[in-house]
Amino acid sequence: MFQSVIVLLVVGLVAFSMFRFVGDPIDNMLGQERTQADIDRLRTELGLDQPFPVQYFKFLKGAVQGNFGVSYRQGRPVSTIIAERAPATLELAFVSGFLAITMGIALGVFTAIRRQGIAANVIMTVSLIGVSLPTFLIGILLIYIFSVELDLLPSFGRGETVMIGGWSTGFLTASGLKALILPAITLGLYQMTLIMRLVRSEMLEVMRADYVRFARARGLSDRVINFRHALKNTLVPVITITGLQLGSIIAFAIITETVFQWPGVGLLFINAIQFVDIPVMAAYLMLISVMFVTINLIVDLLYYAIDPRLRVDARAT
Amino acid sequence: MSLLTINDLTVEFPTRRQLFTAVDHVDLSVEPGEIHGLVGESGAGKSTIGAAIMGLLDRPGRIASGTIKLSGDQISGLDADAMRSLRGKKISMIFQDPLTSLNPLFTVREQLVETIQAHLGGTDAEANQRARDLIDRVGIPDPDTRLDQYPHQFSGGMRQRVVIALALCTEPDVIIADEPTTALDVSVQAQILDLIKELAQERQVGVILITHDMGVIADTTDKVTVMYAGKVVETGPTSQVMGQPSHEYTKSLIAAVPRPTLKLHRFPQISYGGRETRFAIEDMARHWPKVENDASKPVFEIRNLTKKFLQRRGLLPWDRTYFTAVDEVSFDIRAGEVFGVVGESGSGKSTVARMIAGLYPVDGGTIKFEGQTVSDLTNKAALDAYRKNIQMIFQDPYSSLNPRMRVDDIVAEPIRHHKLMDGADIKRRVDELLDQVGLGHEAGLKYPHEFSGGQRQRISIARALATQPRFLICDEPTSALDVSIQAQILNILKDLQEHLGLTLLFISHDLPVVRQMCDRVAVMKQGKVVELQETNELFANPQTEYASELLRLMPKLDDLSTDGLGVTE
Repeated sequence: MFQSVIVLLVVGLVAFSMFRFVGDPIDNMLGQERTQADIDRLRTELGLDQPFPVQYFKFLKGAVQGNFGVSYRQGRPVSTIIAERAPATLELAFVSGFLAITMGIALGVFTAIRRQGIAANVIMTVSLIGVSLPTFLIGILLIYIFSVELDLLPSFGRGETVMIGGWSTGFLTASGLKALILPAITLGLYQMTLIMRLVRSEMLEVMRADYVRFARARGLSDRVINFRHALKNTLVPVITITGLQLGSIIAFAIITETVFQWPGVGLLFINAIQFVDIPVMAAYLMLISVMFVTINLIVDLLYYAIDPRLRVDARAT
Repeated sequence: MSLLTINDLTVEFPTRRQLFTAVDHVDLSVEPGEIHGLVGESGAGKSTIGAAIMGLLDRPGRIASGTIKLSGDQISGLDADAMRSLRGKKISMIFQDPLTSLNPLFTVREQLVETIQAHLGGTDAEANQRARDLIDRVGIPDPDTRLDQYPHQFSGGMRQRVVIALALCTEPDVIIADEPTTALDVSVQAQILDLIKELAQERQVGVILITHDMGVIADTTDKVTVMYAGKVVETGPTSQVMGQPSHEYTKSLIAAVPRPTLKLHRFPQISYGGRETRFAIEDMARHWPKVENDASKPVFEIRNLTKKFLQRRGLLPWDRTYFTAVDEVSFDIRAGEVFGVVGESGSGKSTVARMIAGLYPVDGGTIKFEGQTVSDLTNKAALDAYRKNIQMIFQDPYSSLNPRMRVDDIVAEPIRHHKLMDGADIKRRVDELLDQVGLGHEAGLKYPHEFSGGQRQRISIARALATQPRFLICDEPTSALDVSIQAQILNILKDLQEHLGLTLLFISHDLPVVRQMCDRVAVMKQGKVVELQETNELFANPQTEYASELLRLMPKLDDLSTDGLGVTE
């Protein structure tokens, strides 16, 4: 917990100080016809004339209260803008994360058990493509095949959304769900192949372990051995990697959102960079790091749930 | 009719280059209530027989000919499903390492209940009751609490009891125990073997006990079958085979077993099969710097040595708890002697060795080497000078050599580190060393995995000798090796002491080996030295209760033939 707080503070500092150097927002905010008086006035208004530590402190104070300032470009509070955009990204990340984990584990187990089979070898070969092709290329390929050639699925946007208490969801409409398919696959494919390969190699390792041989010698069925004894033991390393990867699903959403014009926070960030919209950029980075830290905290807790050897009070007698 | 009959069994492993016959026309039969020992060196095919009976041969192994019958019904060649229902129900297996044969993520109860229900069905309550009875039967105290614990909460011996309980789940007719006590301490080994004997009697189970330990065979089994290179060389009642072996191999195997009762100058080496490897001690002695060992002066003076390990971490000092692994240990090691340290696992013997080697920092007390305190050395140069004089040989020849380094680099590493020579001289020295330990200098171009356990231990010895040390620390140097290889390695260590004047610290849990090797012995228990004696004196008149207990549990081997030992009683 203590470590998490330090991580967040450091990320905040880095994010904040980095943006001092990306450019002067004043240039973009005022047109060609500006006067020195205008510039000075705006500077004071935005607090840019104050020394750096003071600015950072104000930023932190606001951030703790959920107030990230006002977007330079849109003139609205950053927290409102992000709250509008976040559901899109979170839904996308959730669906692709879910796909990646379930498909990854299932295929990993399958390829480990049927190591010699033709299907397993085909899956392994295809997975190499998933690992080696860059995300945007997969996205463009999918758009070309399913939207341009087959005209089955939309190539951009979220489709229709329904508002439920401030959360705009695409899960409840047909067009929303349709629009979700391609971006979710694009975003999740890399993670899925990664998880699959990891599960496979861990599984092969575990299948050689003595306790699996002993389970077999006790006459337990293959199903019990594979899914009860072996799978649970593969989960510890898999969870570690999956935790890190889930964080990067949200981070990498930037690329996918750009390719599919998905109205999420990633797209917001790209636009913010073009306009040197410092409050938006800082808030986005803070959001991402909060997610990383939270996911890793959950991962640590999961370790304890899965592996009894890590529980502190237990000791050999 | 015998319970289990194996007729003319041949198991083959087709490999890319050739067909490897692991088991070659073997006959074997086991009666109800009988413990049948299967003994031989690693690679003799004894575990393969066990796997063949269970139908668990690793691919691509297959039964090429012969039959296995259980109570008259043929079980070899059954399909996978029929075999599975037999496994655990009629035939059970106990594996070597109780630390790895239980799934760490499930409680003992879960593992027992799932096995019981897989074979007997029944309600949860019935299965639970049976699990409790079994745990109680194998002698685990407080079964109700223990059932819900995880394997890591059990000690090695207790875990092996759980494994036995699992093997007994469904009242099997035959139990195959593959090296069931190799990973355990002497005292625990005796308990487990007693339990197996009792159960065989009580339930009329036929037990096949696979082991390489002659002591276990002599103490436990009714009949014994000796295997060599996949073939049965001799079979018969244990007392007859051990007392009057008729086959040459059995004779040489028995001769290589270290005896607790009589001390020999050298170990007889197995001559069968012509595998003896030369060790050129004279060559080595010629180039070795002569040292005069003054036996009255200690090389090491160790006073109140203490080591604590952090058991629970905490930010605040008073939150931390420590485990005292070595507790105020004091002894001297005299120049030129072999000083033994014995004790069970967890007694702190390896920790003492590591502190002397400078691998662990000392938490209390002092270590003096030739009159100079070395335990508080922080200066790198001084520490290096000290370390050049002490070298270590580790227990596991598989993990103590870096698999990614070539053998000549492994041996040259200490020379390079201490900058003793350069360029062509190093190469010459390494070649010499490899020739002297009997591997031949061409071995330098290979990697460790291309060597057997005994050969690897020779590489370790070559590496340890590379800096021409004065003092060798041997931490269980032979406990991972077969008897015949053990005899070779122990002879080499003896040669080093006698011809090169090296002083040895010899750590072992194997009392007969200690008896043969050491001049003086310290017995350790829970971090303390409880007894320190001349070796002969300790074996004749142990002063403490603990030492006499250890001696009592040691297999006696009195019935073993003394042919080929070169002694007359």
